[in-house]
Amino acid sequence: MTVPASEAGSSHVCARLDAVSKLFGSFAALRQVSAELEQGRCYVLIGENGAGKSTLLRILAGLLRPSFGTVKVFGGQDPHDARERIGYMSHAPMLYDELTAQENLRYFSDLYPGRPCLEPAEALRQVGLDPELPRTLGQYSQGMRQRTSLARVLLPVPELLLLDEPFSNMDVESARQMVELLAGFRQGNRTIVITTHQRELAAPIADWVLALKAGQVASFEPGSPTL
Amino acid sequence: MTSALWTHLAKDLRIEWRSREAINSMLFFALLVVVLFSLAFDPRGAFSREIAGGVLCVATMFASVSALNQAWAREIRHQVLDAQRMAPTSGADLFLAKVLANFLFVSIVQLLLAPVFLVFYNLQVEGSAWQLALVLPLGTWALVANGTFFAALSIRTRNRELLLPLILFPIFMPALLAMVLATTSILTGDSDPALWIKLLAGYDIIFTTVSLLLFDVVLQAE
Repeated sequence: MTVPASEAGSSHVCARLDAVSKLFGSFAALRQVSAELEQGRCYVLIGENGAGKSTLLRILAGLLRPSFGTVKVFGGQDPHDARERIGYMSHAPMLYDELTAQENLRYFSDLYPGRPCLEPAEALRQVGLDPELPRTLGQYSQGMRQRTSLARVLLPVPELLLLDEPFSNMDVESARQMVELLAGFRQGNRTIVITTHQRELAAPIADWVLALKAGQVASFEPGSPTL
Repeated sequence: MTSALWTHLAKDLRIEWRSREAINSMLFFALLVVVLFSLAFDPRGAFSREIAGGVLCVATMFASVSALNQAWAREIRHQVLDAQRMAPTSGADLFLAKVLANFLFVSIVQLLLAPVFLVFYNLQVEGSAWQLALVLPLGTWALVANGTFFAALSIRTRNRELLLPLILFPIFMPALLAMVLATTSILTGDSDPALWIKLLAGYDIIFTTVSLLLFDVVLQAE
């Protein structure tokens, strides 16, 4: 099944997947997935475990290459070549336990020398964390790590934000705050793709809901965003 | 050589300063090897000078494997490596920073080990002692440059702790031999170690260059 771009047409397409398949050995994690993701929209990917959500996100991030098919972002670039414009948050924190949140963020912002980044303290405040907290990340709760991880991906102000299970380990109130933050982010004409098992938490910002089943697009429905 | 190299290096040094995982584990293991060999061989006089070079190099080699494995294990523990892959920096910077950090850690262990070594093996240097300041860093660089590369190569395998020495030791063998023979030549004063020092330098240049050129492929491997 192909997911078409909606009314905007291809001039506002942020990412395009054309018949993308991904094989791990003989196992097909994705099968012939085609989609166009528009700028400034939020897409929520749902599906059972093993449906191919994380694989699709990693392909969009340029961390995996499709076995078949093509992926282009920002008008024809390979995701790997455009990686500084893409933010990817995995379900692991992707941060060092031995450093404080601010030290972690300072490290990653220094890896984006040509790109204007948010100040680490500012990014931490945006996700509701105290930047002056002297504890190392290893002493944080899972929810706090998740928020620090979000601060990390927001640092270089990416144009395409890929979030893999961002609400896991979060209480409902923290998840609600994250959704509000993402709604503000999307208003800057930035595209967000979220995978989640908690569809109701992402519903307030979901412009489109894409369901994957056994590596294929099972359905593609408009959401009813309220933020 | 970019600022990203120093960013990676400063981060590795800060983490090691806090955890001291690499240095502590290497030091403990190397001390154990040095003490056990001294008990097993009862080294004195000329015999001590004959075997000391080999014991020092083998102790360093075995001890550094644990640090080399830990260096990349830290990067994959919370998928930090993926975040590094997403950053618009060269893989060569990441590799070189890791090599420099590991080189520093192994060198610190060698410095701490030196007085223990002198005491347990009753060593007196018969040759030019300053040449040791060339041989040890060159040999250590050969070990950590290869070790860091092959540790990255085996990072995604199930038995990476086992795989690293299996790949590393055979490839490191020429450098190990040169390091042992050069050290023994200096300690005994019997022959000129210049040839072995040149061989070590050549080995370092070739393997560091090849590793730098290939590291991006290793980093982006799925």
